[in-house]
Amino acid sequence: MSAPSHSSLDISRRAVMVSGAATAAMSALPADVQAAPAPSKPATMPVSFKVNGKDVSLTLDTRTTLLDSLREHLKLTGTKKGCDHGQCGACTVIVNGERINSCLSLAVQHQGDEVTTIEGLGTPDDLHPMQAAFVTYDGYQCGYCTPGQICSAVSVLKEIEAGIPSHVQEDITAAPAFTNMEMRERMSGNICRCGAYSNIAEAMAAVAGAKA
Amino acid sequence: MKSFTYERAKTPAQAAAAVAKQQGAKFLAGGTNLLDLMKLEIETPTHLVDVQDLKLDRIERTDEGGLRIGALVTNTALAADATVRRDYGVLTRAIVAGASGQLRNKATTAGNLLQRTRCPYFYDTNQPCNKRKPGTGCAAIGGFSRQLAVIGSSDHCIATYPSDMAVAMRLLDATVETVKADGKTRSIAMADFHRLPGDTPERDNELERGELITAVTLPRPIGGTHLYHKVRDRASYAFALVSVAAVIQKDGSGRAAFGGVAARPWRVEAAEAAMTQGARAVASGVFAGAKPTEENQFKILLAERTLASVMAQAKG
Ligand SMILES: Cc1cc2nc3c(=O)[nH]c(=O)nc-3n(C[C@H](O)[C@H](O)[C@H](O)COP(=O)(O)OP(=O)(O)OC[C@H]3O[C@@H](n4cnc5c(N)ncnc54)[C@H](O)[C@@H]3O)c2cc1C
Ligand code: SF4
Ligand code: FES
Ligand code: FES
Repeated sequence: MSAPSHSSLDISRRAVMVSGAATAAMSALPADVQAAPAPSKPATMPVSFKVNGKDVSLTLDTRTTLLDSLREHLKLTGTKKGCDHGQCGACTVIVNGERINSCLSLAVQHQGDEVTTIEGLGTPDDLHPMQAAFVTYDGYQCGYCTPGQICSAVSVLKEIEAGIPSHVQEDITAAPAFTNMEMRERMSGNICRCGAYSNIAEAMAAVAGAKA
Repeated sequence: MKSFTYERAKTPAQAAAAVAKQQGAKFLAGGTNLLDLMKLEIETPTHLVDVQDLKLDRIERTDEGGLRIGALVTNTALAADATVRRDYGVLTRAIVAGASGQLRNKATTAGNLLQRTRCPYFYDTNQPCNKRKPGTGCAAIGGFSRQLAVIGSSDHCIATYPSDMAVAMRLLDATVETVKADGKTRSIAMADFHRLPGDTPERDNELERGELITAVTLPRPIGGTHLYHKVRDRASYAFALVSVAAVIQKDGSGRAAFGGVAARPWRVEAAEAAMTQGARAVASGVFAGAKPTEENQFKILLAERTLASVMAQAKG
């Protein structure tokens, strides 16, 4: 994974890109591409979805990812951008009950969807059990990957409960179990530079155990 | 990323027509490969036709006793399907060996089939690459080729095709169902679907512009022990160096297909007659005529040994 980017840099770079995009899109188009008439202005579109139970409506450049719509437009900066290419899991959010990488999804693909981010799982006064377990078991150091880890961890327990198979199951027709091996395999899409992995697995085991 | 317009199609025919009529238009399914490539401006569509409302997300029995998998069935849903797990286990095993839980939730059956190569030079827009920019040359030939093809390659491209799911589908004799802009449908055998590079490596497969995948069908189940072994540089969340999909019967006969070695899932039916004689006998047939580079010749022995381990596991 690439180093977590500084969001302030991101904002200014993106602001420059958006304002300069109309000219950039025109001048960067090689002469030999017989593309459809390139839009003279970057295309924008309205989109509405629910975030953490609240209806939101935005008009966005079609290129805006779900991740950037959350961070830059809705100011929900809990969800992080690590690699922006589906490789690190820092941007993991829960859409219609399933975890996805919000960096590899356009906001306009999510018309009518229900999105849950780390801000929607719990609050500082009323932590989600997984958030509380991450605190108890030291499931982080710098905390950059943590919102993605927690959204993933919550979903992983649901996926095991729902019987979704994994690579480490010997008998794939059987129901998977809440083992350490299963947690580790299913969390492999979330990278942690600080190496908090074993504590994350312990936090997950505690939450799974409390449920069982 | 280049600017583009976006629409959601309501029917498969409408989607096909929308892409066919506009130069530079592309289908968008989960977006996990296309958006990645758009960010790097390796793909630069001017219009996206989102196919998520086409209701192609069902898995159904066919009249022939096989299975029809809608193009939009997610990788997670396909891997978790009870019939697939029981009757086509190699497919579940191949899917869960690929990508991550998050990606599989979004990745679709058609999108997975059409994912592009992971050749590092294809990804680096500063490098010549015939697949990305026809006629510019191939930086991988003479470059770092450890990950790349050992067989079926050409002087124009030595890329591998990265899908795990497709290796199992090739093994199971799957068929790709499509519809074109004029409403005509066709069926393409998985064996013929992905193209070898030849002198047109920019064309990964047989689809025409605006041709939409509607489903992938599997014939009746064939029994046997279903296995998928993927060898990679870390235990999870990495592409294959070599993978082996196999269905092995009690008497030791069976089928084997290989991933990570060519521009398509690699299966040589004639070599499968040797399944009862052991991995070496099979591999020597499967890899006859291989042209590895110095850096990736290890893949041939690795493939043979991976097949041997699959055979040993099938024996129990
Ligand atoms: C970090 C990372 C790791 C990964 N690791 C693996 C791995 O180990 N193994 C593996 O197999 N894969 C791996 N993948 C790839 C992943 O499986 C693909 O990105 C995914 O399957 C693509 O599906 P999608 O629906 O998101 O496709 P999209 O990105 O939406 O589309 C891909 C292509 O298919 C076309 N398309 C989509 N639907 C249709 C249709 N119905 N008809 C015609 N054309 C269509 C699109 O136009 C586009 O060109 C990885 C991806 C990432 C980002
Ligand atoms: S191997 Fe193919 S994809 Fe890779 S650089 Fe050469 S032409 Fe491009
Ligand atoms: S930001 Fe790294 S996976 Fe999305
Ligand atoms: S990256 Fe620092 S806690 Fe995971």
